[in-house]
Amino acid sequence: MATLEDGGLVSPPPKPYKPPVVAPGHTTTTVTDKISEVVLQRTPKWWFLGFAASFSLLMVFLISVTWLFAKGVGIWGINWPVGWGFDIINFVWWIGIGHAGTLISAILLLLRQEWRTSINRFAEAMTLFAVACAGMYPILHLGRPWLAYWLMPYPNTMNLWPQFRSPLIWDVFAVSTYATVSALFWYVGLIPDLATLRDRTRSRVWKVIYGFGAMGWRGSAAHWHNYETAYLLLAGLATPLVISVHTVVSFDFAIGIIPGWHATIFPPYFVAGAIYAGFAMVLTLAIPLRWAFGLEDFITARHLQNMGKVMLATGLIVVYGYVMEIFFGWYSGNLYERFMLANRVVGPYRFHWYALIFCNAVVPQFLWVRRVRTSPLWLFVISMFVSVGMWLERFIIIVTSLHRDFLPGSWGIYHGTIWDWGTFIGTMGLFLTLLFLFIRFLPLISIFEMRTIVPGGPRGGEYTEVPR
Amino acid sequence: MDSVKPKAKCGAEASAPAGSGRPGVAEIRERLREKKGPEFWRSLDELAGTPELEEMLHREFPRYASEWPEGFSRRRFLQLTSASLALAGLTGCTRQDVERIVPYVRQPEQIIPGKPLFFATALTLGGYATGVLAESHMGRPTKIEGNPDHPASLGATDVFAQAATLTLYDPDRSQTLLRAGRPGTWGSFVGEVSATLRSLQPLGGEGLRILTGTVTSPTLADQIRRLLTAFPRARWHRWEPAAPHQAQAAAVRAFGRPLDAVYDFTQADVMLTIGSDVLCHGPAGVRYAHDFAAKRRVRANTMAMNRLYAVESVPANSSTVADHRLQLPPDQLETFTLALAQALGVAGGGGAALADETARTWVRVVAEDLRAHAGRSLVVADEYLSPAAQVLIHGINQALGNVGRTVNFIEPVEADPVDQLQSIRALVADMNAGRVDTLLMLDGVNPVYTAPVDLRFAEALQKVRLRIHHGLYQDETSEYCHWHVNAAHELESWSDARSFDGTVTILQPLIDPLYEGRTAHEVLSAFSNRPDSTSYDIVREFWSGRLAGLAAGFDGRATGESGGLTTTLGMGGFSGTIGDAGAMTRGSGAGAGTGLDAGQNTGGQMSQGGTAGAGGLLQSGVSDTASDAAGTTGSVASGAGAPAAPAGTGAAAAPAGFETAWRRVLNAGIVPNTAARRVSAAVAGGAVQQAAGEIVSAARNRAEGRVTLLVRPDPTVWDGRFAWNPWLQECPKPISKLTWDNALFLSPRTAERLKVDFHETVAVSAGGRELRGVAVWVLPGMADDTALLTLGYGRRKAGKGTGQGFDAYALRASNALWTVPGVEIRPLGGQYTLACTQNHHMIRGDEVNEDAEASDQAMKRHIVRTGTLEQFRQNPEFIREQRHIPPDDMTMYPNYKYDGHAWGMAIDLSVCTGCSSCVIACQAENNIPVVGKEQVLAGREMHWLRVDRYFYGDLDAPQIHNQPVPCMHCETAPCEVVCPVAATVHSDEGLNDMVYNRCVGTRYCSNNCPYKVRRFNFLRYAPKDDPLLAMAMNPDVTVRMRGVMEKCTYCVQRIEQAKIESKVERTPIPANWLKTACQQACPTGAIVFGDQNDESWEVTEWKADPLNYGLLEEINTRPRTTYLAKLRNPNPALEPAVKGSEHGHA
Repeated sequence: MATLEDGGLVSPPPKPYKPPVVAPGHTTTTVTDKISEVVLQRTPKWWFLGFAASFSLLMVFLISVTWLFAKGVGIWGINWPVGWGFDIINFVWWIGIGHAGTLISAILLLLRQEWRTSINRFAEAMTLFAVACAGMYPILHLGRPWLAYWLMPYPNTMNLWPQFRSPLIWDVFAVSTYATVSALFWYVGLIPDLATLRDRTRSRVWKVIYGFGAMGWRGSAAHWHNYETAYLLLAGLATPLVISVHTVVSFDFAIGIIPGWHATIFPPYFVAGAIYAGFAMVLTLAIPLRWAFGLEDFITARHLQNMGKVMLATGLIVVYGYVMEIFFGWYSGNLYERFMLANRVVGPYRFHWYALIFCNAVVPQFLWVRRVRTSPLWLFVISMFVSVGMWLERFIIIVTSLHRDFLPGSWGIYHGTIWDWGTFIGTMGLFLTLLFLFIRFLPLISIFEMRTIVPGGPRGGEYTEVPR
Repeated sequence: MDSVKPKAKCGAEASAPAGSGRPGVAEIRERLREKKGPEFWRSLDELAGTPELEEMLHREFPRYASEWPEGFSRRRFLQLTSASLALAGLTGCTRQDVERIVPYVRQPEQIIPGKPLFFATALTLGGYATGVLAESHMGRPTKIEGNPDHPASLGATDVFAQAATLTLYDPDRSQTLLRAGRPGTWGSFVGEVSATLRSLQPLGGEGLRILTGTVTSPTLADQIRRLLTAFPRARWHRWEPAAPHQAQAAAVRAFGRPLDAVYDFTQADVMLTIGSDVLCHGPAGVRYAHDFAAKRRVRANTMAMNRLYAVESVPANSSTVADHRLQLPPDQLETFTLALAQALGVAGGGGAALADETARTWVRVVAEDLRAHAGRSLVVADEYLSPAAQVLIHGINQALGNVGRTVNFIEPVEADPVDQLQSIRALVADMNAGRVDTLLMLDGVNPVYTAPVDLRFAEALQKVRLRIHHGLYQDETSEYCHWHVNAAHELESWSDARSFDGTVTILQPLIDPLYEGRTAHEVLSAFSNRPDSTSYDIVREFWSGRLAGLAAGFDGRATGESGGLTTTLGMGGFSGTIGDAGAMTRGSGAGAGTGLDAGQNTGGQMSQGGTAGAGGLLQSGVSDTASDAAGTTGSVASGAGAPAAPAGTGAAAAPAGFETAWRRVLNAGIVPNTAARRVSAAVAGGAVQQAAGEIVSAARNRAEGRVTLLVRPDPTVWDGRFAWNPWLQECPKPISKLTWDNALFLSPRTAERLKVDFHETVAVSAGGRELRGVAVWVLPGMADDTALLTLGYGRRKAGKGTGQGFDAYALRASNALWTVPGVEIRPLGGQYTLACTQNHHMIRGDEVNEDAEASDQAMKRHIVRTGTLEQFRQNPEFIREQRHIPPDDMTMYPNYKYDGHAWGMAIDLSVCTGCSSCVIACQAENNIPVVGKEQVLAGREMHWLRVDRYFYGDLDAPQIHNQPVPCMHCETAPCEVVCPVAATVHSDEGLNDMVYNRCVGTRYCSNNCPYKVRRFNFLRYAPKDDPLLAMAMNPDVTVRMRGVMEKCTYCVQRIEQAKIESKVERTPIPANWLKTACQQACPTGAIVFGDQNDESWEVTEWKADPLNYGLLEEINTRPRTTYLAKLRNPNPALEPAVKGSEHGHA
């Protein structure tokens, strides 16, 4: 049964004192029991309720998309001059959310931030699901979605390649690479835990299923050796992708010549925004989950506080981006840029802009307060605000830039239709459905990595009171 | 049905053998002896008038089919259901034309698949003709171009003519003859008419009335005259709702008889329009715009420019190109006229004074300027202005010595002109008095909808025994009629019509009537003793005695004089050289095609469409006659070939030389020497004083603080006759940019005073009548206390136009047809959303007025660069000096060298009136779909070419600028780099091509386009399923599916055809030969297109002009479509008054 308790071959490096990230009293066994129990226990009632709700939303998605394919993108609110609306807003929003997982898993792994261990698994899962949601939009938003494969470079009788100067082609590569690497990284990380579940489950069916997933993992030294190498390599691969994906997404706008899009600040500002949104989403999910499964011992206040700190830091970068946008708009003396900025503040979409500033720049300032940073409720509320704020940010960038661009004669206005909302809410349904399936059938915290950090584990420290 | 014999008559059948349904032969014989039956009978039943037949007639369909029987059993129900199912298939069993599906054994001489033919014909509006060349592809007309030789066209058209092809194929057109609302036959119609005529014969036609619109057709007028001769007590009434009734009244008062005024803008240096949209309105608008522009255009070598003052109550297209614009409420407008007359010494002093200081300055300055240009000036009155004011203007023109120079008077073009208001009043009075037995309403008149509301036409109409309506549509009037005869469209008809100067054009059909529609000639012939004459026979017969004389010596090359307007006829259409004929079609000058002349001289009769020649290069040549074509194209596979006219019937009696003359006249599209005679006329002395007195007393009686409602024809649906046409419904109305609706236009100040805003509904009441739920539109440029509601909306029956807008006719009483004073406007608090294509958008109930913001930004961004003639004289480079053009070499890559062609376009803003002909021309040429009001509201109209309108300066008295915006075909196109699939790419001739097949629809190109000229098929807009609308499509242009981006291509299909021909001919494309659709339709010639690499093209010259500038060129898109800055020629004496809004270039 418990074969892996002392399996870690990596010898702990000498390190300075750090408060541990697991509540006191846990051993490798209790960690394994506690986390695998979430999967192996009888399905709690609330799960069915939650799943049913999510699945209903998924059906909304199905209906919206069916109607979309039947009628065309005209069922949405897009028009000219605003050719992109909810479709691209949601694409960028979801892909932004999809940043936190890989950042937590890869970058924090490389930086040896052990506190990441208890959140990386579901953060990665969330990343995958968010990327799945995001990845659908570029296809859904096409006028002729059945020709989406034309965006892929493949040899064809027309002897035509995609147009490599277009950022949309870069998007195809960036997003698909990111999705592939994230999926691999997540799966590789799951293998030892799947083996644990295989060994622990009493159901024959699940034994086979988990056994398949575990790919014959037996925890031998050779396994561990190869595994660690592979995991580190993947982490190394994923790290630049975190930066590149949203940089490329920001090029969708920065390459354009529309005032409000055409700005050099976009790549860093987008990446920071993505991490900001991603952490907000991790918090939004982690706080109810730890409560529901009683995982407060593993996802401790320290985790929450750290995530709060990351949010504060990236939030400030985003605010810096806003300030710089305004400064350069003014400093450039460019008529169009100046008008665009003024129009954001006093134009038809001013309320969206005020809401954006409130959500993204004002509310997170509460995170300076330690009491707020360590309070799950406060954090939950703030991260909700940030999620909304980041959505509004994309709305502002896309819609307000387009709706009044160069020629006053072609100004217009945009608002989403019921089908825009249906598709958006529908993708939330997809996301939540996948998430509910995930938390039910896979360990939402990495068991084997947690074992390494409890006292007595390979990297375990001493018991300390976690400051609350 | 009134025609039904009363049931009581069945009593006569009492003697029929009981039990037997049919009378015996002997009995029939007996009955025949007793009474006089019809001369022809189809069956013994009919002859005998049995009860069965009576019932048959009564029911139209036999028993059980027309009503629900009593005691209905399940079995019976099933029987009927199955029978109707089985019979449903039979309704499709109408006899179809024979279709031959074998390929041509012998190629018809003129039909070459893929090459269109052009036929000279005419389209009418309010009776007046505009000569056009109709493009026909394999027997189906697809596009209308102006006839360069026609005085009302000179090669251009208005919006209505451009939209004619859609009306032709409109699925909402009346498709069958109706008798009491059910399908009938022409034979039964003729039968009933003959019966009626026989009964009226002894009375001399007492009770027979004909109602038409304005008739200029000599043939139709002749037919009516003959009818009136045969039935001396019959009467001919006329009602054209938007005819210039007041102008006619003014002429009668001034000259003692009706005369038409014809202006010559080529002779005028200083012009004043009083409320008039003379450059963009009425039968001569296209011609006047052309002549005006000719004197307006300034180039470096011609530093002269005419000057136009516009005084008006509602912003008109003409005033957007005016040098000075003054807004005055309607009553002040009349006072202004009087003051001007006084200042010029036409009328005596005293009386009304102008309230406005600016207006007083205007009177002084304008009078001075007009006097300084006596004989070379022109004052044009709005034809809907009060007769008194128009009399004064006649007086002013006379005093200035303009008569005979810039104003000429001609005998009325209308046949037998009458006071139409009196005419319809008399008709209604007679109908009410029961004096009308039979009323024939010809040629689409719709008096139930258009007659003055106080006449209550519909009520009176019901007192008429037999009511016959003839029109293209089943409309409000046809609902009240016993018979509705579906009319043939003008493109399906033989007819004739006169243009504004009297020149006659023979209308020839392009296609057999799609629904066996009848022309007015044919309907009238049913009232004659030759009821089955075709309109071809009728028209030919009319001209057979006349044409040879008129056309003597007419070889098509002579430069003729028509009504004082010089018309160049030298288009070589008759020379037999295809090259010259081609030049006529798409070229701009005679002889342009000589280099390509294939020399196929066919001796007078031009047979073009030959395999070679420049005629083909222009896709065309002007075809000879349709009858000629018909002889060879009877077996066109589409079955829609040119109609086979029964040649010979009319020609048999024709004198020698007629045939030749007929063909020449058809070919040219004009009948020579038919322009109306010029007459000298002097204003009667008393008339002016009387008019002045009237204006003074009217001014005294003015009700303060009340709004004056102006009723005018709509710029896109006219009097309502085009309400069915979706192209015109969706064409943004000039200045307001509204689509699909009219609205109550108010000035910003008046709207504020009345506390109403955009889209809000009001009740408008005047003269005891109230129109509720009218939506308001606040329009800068409107005079205060003035409201405008255009005609043609609020229709009950108008196909896709049904229920759109608000019915101005409901407020239009016979005593105030065009100006309704003392109107009360009461807010109702409701909302009616209007679809506007420019600015003004609803945001969650909040109205954001973008006009001020947009005009401010447009000015800052130099969207429309403007300047004055004086600036230009002092420094011709002043526009160039304002421009910021990034250097050409500021690029990492070398610039592409265009070795062959380099297409480009230039648009002269100085002369663009915003009439929107180009918009519809583009729509017709490029198969651009209509999207409907909902989609326009969503911001998705598909027009490839739009006309942007900007207000500059004071919102209460703005300058208005028009700017047509097609694709700029940028050298460094922002759309091209962002398309992921290379669906939009640059051609080696500088075109920004759109590859529809490759487009996946990311819309990134549209987002990145600074000009927002790309249009996306958000839904499936193309009418794919309708075979009729499919016929309207240009076969040279792809019909786009949903999800595909599209945009202006510079009419690449025309370019490619020209290139192919040029390759075949091994000759370069002659300069200025190739025209885009918008260019060809433009009345003022504001658009030129061509090869920038070739100096002989006009476009090269325009591009080199110092006034040339690129839109947003500072962002380095290097647009290929450029603009010539809008120059004005302001009067320095008025300059301080408008200083604020001057120098729009700032």
